[in-house]
Amino acid sequence: MARVVVDVMLKPEILDPQGQAVQRALPRLGFKGIADVRQGKRFELEVEGPVDDAALARIHEMAETFLANTVIEDFVVKVES
Amino acid sequence: MTLDTVKHATETPDVEQPWAELGLKEDEYARIREILGRRPTGAELAMYSVMWSEHCSYKSSKVHLKQFGEKTPENDAMLVGIGENAGVVDVGQGYAVTFKVESHNHPSYIEPYQGAATGVGGIVRDILAMGARPVAVVDPLRFGAADHPDTRRVLPGVVAGIGGYGNCLGLPNIGGEVVFDSCYQGNPLVNAGCIGVMKHEDIHLAKASGPGNKVILYGARTGGDGIGGVSVLASETFDDTKPTKRPAVQVGDPFQEKLLIECTLEIFKEKLVAGIQDLGGAGLSCATSELASAGSGGMRVELDTVPLRDATLSPEEILMSESQERMCAIVAPEYVDRFMEICEKWDVIATVIGEVTDGERLEIFWHGEQIVDVPPRTVAHEGPVYNRPYARPEWQDALQADDAGKLPRPASAEELRAQVLQLVAHPNQASKAWITDQYDRFVQGNTVLAQPEDAGMVRIDEESNLGVAMATDGNGRYAKLDPYTGAQLALAEAYRNVAASGARPLAISDCLNFGSPEDPAVMWQFAEATRGLADGCFQLGTPVTGGNVSLYNQTGEVAIHPTPVVAVLGVIDDVNRRTPIAFAEEGQLLYLLGDTREEFGGSAWSEVVHQHLGGLPPAVDLDREKLLGEILISASRDGMIDAAHDLSDGGLVQAVVESCLRGGKGARLVVPDGLDAFTFLFSESAGRAVVAVPRSEELRFTDMCGARGLPATRIGVVDGTEVEVQGSFSVPLEELRAAHEATIPGLLA
Amino acid sequence: MTTRIGVVTFPGTLDDRDALRAVRVAGAEPVPLWHRDKDLHQVDAVVLAGGFSYGDYLRAGAISRFSPVMETIIEQAKAGMPVLGICNGFQILTEAHLLPGAMLRNNHLHFICRDQKLRVENAQTSWTADYSAGQEISVPLKNMDGRYVADERTLDELEAEGRVAFRYLDGNPNGSLRDIAGITNAAGNVVGLMPHPEHAVEPLIGTGGTDGLGFFTSILKKLVTA
Repeated sequence: MARVVVDVMLKPEILDPQGQAVQRALPRLGFKGIADVRQGKRFELEVEGPVDDAALARIHEMAETFLANTVIEDFVVKVES
Repeated sequence: MTLDTVKHATETPDVEQPWAELGLKEDEYARIREILGRRPTGAELAMYSVMWSEHCSYKSSKVHLKQFGEKTPENDAMLVGIGENAGVVDVGQGYAVTFKVESHNHPSYIEPYQGAATGVGGIVRDILAMGARPVAVVDPLRFGAADHPDTRRVLPGVVAGIGGYGNCLGLPNIGGEVVFDSCYQGNPLVNAGCIGVMKHEDIHLAKASGPGNKVILYGARTGGDGIGGVSVLASETFDDTKPTKRPAVQVGDPFQEKLLIECTLEIFKEKLVAGIQDLGGAGLSCATSELASAGSGGMRVELDTVPLRDATLSPEEILMSESQERMCAIVAPEYVDRFMEICEKWDVIATVIGEVTDGERLEIFWHGEQIVDVPPRTVAHEGPVYNRPYARPEWQDALQADDAGKLPRPASAEELRAQVLQLVAHPNQASKAWITDQYDRFVQGNTVLAQPEDAGMVRIDEESNLGVAMATDGNGRYAKLDPYTGAQLALAEAYRNVAASGARPLAISDCLNFGSPEDPAVMWQFAEATRGLADGCFQLGTPVTGGNVSLYNQTGEVAIHPTPVVAVLGVIDDVNRRTPIAFAEEGQLLYLLGDTREEFGGSAWSEVVHQHLGGLPPAVDLDREKLLGEILISASRDGMIDAAHDLSDGGLVQAVVESCLRGGKGARLVVPDGLDAFTFLFSESAGRAVVAVPRSEELRFTDMCGARGLPATRIGVVDGTEVEVQGSFSVPLEELRAAHEATIPGLLA
Repeated sequence: MTTRIGVVTFPGTLDDRDALRAVRVAGAEPVPLWHRDKDLHQVDAVVLAGGFSYGDYLRAGAISRFSPVMETIIEQAKAGMPVLGICNGFQILTEAHLLPGAMLRNNHLHFICRDQKLRVENAQTSWTADYSAGQEISVPLKNMDGRYVADERTLDELEAEGRVAFRYLDGNPNGSLRDIAGITNAAGNVVGLMPHPEHAVEPLIGTGGTDGLGFFTSILKKLVTA
C-alpha cells in the first residue's frame, strides 16, 4: 500500500500561539538558535490501489475541502513510497 | 511463543513464573496455586496480580474500612451502600443520587494532563454504571509548594487535563479545592468526584446473572494503554533513579466517553441490561471477575473477539489493558439486537465477547483454547487481607507539644493589617479563579452555585426546583497534628459548607490519601483517620456510601501529610432558597455563629506568617456542627439570611474578605467583647460561620439562635468599599482584590 | 400554530438540552434534530448548539459541517431560514462557509469560562431584534477555540456592512480580531457567536442573569409576525 502525506500548516499571516509557546520554551530547555516555530498537522493516508493522477486529484480535493480549512490553512500533498 | 493454556499449566507445574515482577508476594503466589490446585496460567497470574494489588483489593485498608459499615448511622436515605461502583442515596421526589470521589494521584504525577483527564473519565464511568446521568464533577487537588518548578509542570497539566476532558463531556465543574504544601512535592493528589442523578427504578448494579445472558463489551477498542498500570503505577513508590520502569500511561478520549454516556443512558432508558460495569483499573480482568463474582453463575469469555487497536497484544495484555472509555454489559439474548442498534446510532463499537453460564467458574478462551479457569470470587472479592502493624510515631508528642499559641503575634495594628494582606494573598488562600475558569461550570444549564462558593449546587428537577449540593474538604496539616481529629475536621468542614449553602447534608464519600502502609506510623495515621471519620459520620448521621483509598503517596521515607478528603452530599428542596457567600446588600448585619477560642495549631496564619506546623488542631464538637447546620438551613429556608460563609482555614478574616470581594461591598467589623482583634480575625475554631442578616430579619434570626442555644454575635455591618476593623485598621477592597487575585496567575500564567 | 425551533445534536454536542430549554423558556416549541437526519421536521428556525462535536478533532466544527443534517440546513439558510450558531455552532457555520472567517485556539491557549460583557452592534438580525444597538449584555463565555480570525478585507467588509453583531467589552478574552464576538450574514438570518446566550435565560441559574433570552424572543417575534 502506498502512503500519501498531507501536511497542513496555518497560513504564515495567522497567529500560531501554540508554535510560539513551543518557541518560548526552547531556550529554557537549552535549545538555542531557533528563530521561529510553527505547529502544523500531518495526515498519513494509506491508499488502496495505485496512486495515479486521478487518486492524487481526489486526495487534493479531500485536503482542500476537509483536511484543511483554506480560510486559515495551507496544505501540501506528498507521495511516499 | 506458545500459549500458556490451562492444560499446559497443569502439565508443567514447575515453570518459573514472574510473580514478584507482577507485584505479588511469595505467600500470595502460593495461595493462588492452592486455590487453583495447580500453577496459574500466564493470563490467570496477570488477573490475580492486578486484582490483588493494593489499588484493587484494598488489602491493607480493608480491616479499617469495615468500620464504615459497622458504624453506619440510622439513615433511611441510603439505597445502595459500600461495595458497588458508587453509593446511592434517596433525595426525594423519586430521585436517587449517586456520587463518589476517587484518586488518580500517581498517574497525574507522571503525565499530568492524561493522568488527570483519565481520572475524570474513570469516576464519570463509575457513576454512569450505577444507572445515573452524570450531572456535575468536582476536583480536590493538592500540589507541592506553589513556587516549586515542578508545580509549574504538574499543575497546569492537571488543570488542562481536567478541563480538557470534563469540558468535552459537558459536565459542569462545580467545586473542589486547590492546596499547596511541600509535602505533596512529587506526590500530587489529584482526586476527582462526580455526582449522578436517576430515578429510583433506574438503579443498576454490577452483577452478571441469568445463564445464557450475553456479555457485551462496548466503547473504545482495546490497546496497550497502561498495561500493568494499576499494579505498578498505584502500588509502588516512585524511585527517581529508574524512570525507564515507568509504564505507559493511559490516554483518554473524552469524545468517545461522551458518546458512551449518551449511548448507555439510552440503553438504560429501554431497560436492556441486567448488569453493568465500567472498565477502569485492571480493565477486563476486573470487569469480568467482578461481574461474575457478584452474580449467581459463572461466565465464559472468548477473548479473541475483543476489538483491538493493536493486533499484536497478547491475551494477558488484553486482560490487563486499561484502555479508557469501555463498558461491559450483561444483556438478555432477546435484547442484544436492540442494544447493538443503539450503539450503532451513537457510533459506539459493541461486541458480544461471552455469556453468563450456570457454572461457578470464570472461563476465558483464546482461539478455542482455555487460558483462564478460576472461581471469580477468589479474584475479585476474596483477595488477601493484611493486618498491618501500626504504631503512634515517636515524633507525634513533640509535634503536638510545639504549640502554635506561643508564636509571636502581631504587635500593632499595622502589623495586623499586613498579616491580613499576607494571608489572603498566600497561594492557599488566594483566589483560584485562574484555575477554575478553565473548567466549564455552566453546561447543562442547571448550575446554581459553583466555585468560589462554599458548596457547588445543581438543580435536578426543573419543575420542583429540587437540587443537590456538594462540598469537598480536607486539611492535611490538621490531620498530621492529629489524624483522628483531622479527619473529623474535614468531615465537619464539608458538612458545614453544604449547610451554609442551604442544603441538608445527607451522606458522604471519601478519598483517603496516605503514605506507605508498610510504615507503621503511616498505618497508625490511617487507622486513626478512618476511626475518626467513622465515629464522626455516625454522630452526624451521614453514612459513608463509598470512596477510595490511595496509599504509597510518598517519596523515599517521606510520606505526605495524612490527607483524608471528605465529600458531603446535600439536598435542597428548592434551589431558589440557596445561600450564596456574597455580601451584596449594604446595611445588612453580620453575625458570627459559634464560639471563637485561641486555636492556631495547623492554622493558615501559623503557616503563612511563621511557616510553622505544630500543636493541636482545633477542637471538634459535632453536636455543635449539627446545630449550626440546622440553623443555617432553617435561616435559608425561611429567608432570614442573604449570605453565609463557613469559617475554616484563614479564620474569620479570610471568610469576610472572600464574601466582600464576591459581593463587591465592604464591611465594618467590631471586635466582640472578650476577644482580641488577632484571635477574632485569625482563629480557626471549628463550628462557626458568618452570616449576613437583613435588618428586618434580625430579631427573628437572633431569637431562633437564642432559643436553640447557638451563640450568635453581632460583629458588624456590610458597608462601604473597605474592610475595616474598628479601632484597628482598614483595607480598601481594591487592595484586597489585587492581593487575593494576583498570586496564582503570577505563579502559573 | 406554534413556532418550532430546532436544535441539532451532533455527536459530542453538549449544550443542546440547554438550547432546547431556552427555546421553551422563550415560548416556542423546541424540536430536537439529529445529525444523521436530513429532515428538519418543519422547523421555522435552527439553533446549532455548543459543545465539542466530534471532539473538536481535525478542527472545531470541521467534521459536523459535513453531516447529513447540515446539507439541508445550508440549503435552507441560503433560502432565508434563520440559523443561530452558538460556540461550536458558530465554528460549524464558518466551516460551512455560511459565515466568513474561522475560529482558532484562544491566544492564551487555555479554555476560558467566565461571565462576558458584550455590546450588541447590530440589533436588526433575526436573532437580535429584541435588543437595541449599542446595548451592553452579559452572558457566559466558555471555549477553547474562540479566537475569531479573517483577512483584513473580510474584516473591513464586515464592519462596513454592519455585520459585526457583537463585540467583547472589558477585555478581549481570546485574541479575536477587532474584538469580534459574533457576526451575521448579509441577509441577517444567519448569526454566529462564541458566548452562550442559552446559559443566561433564567435568574439563579448560571451567572444568574437573563440577558441571553432576547435571542430567543427575537426570533419568536420575527417568526410570529412573518
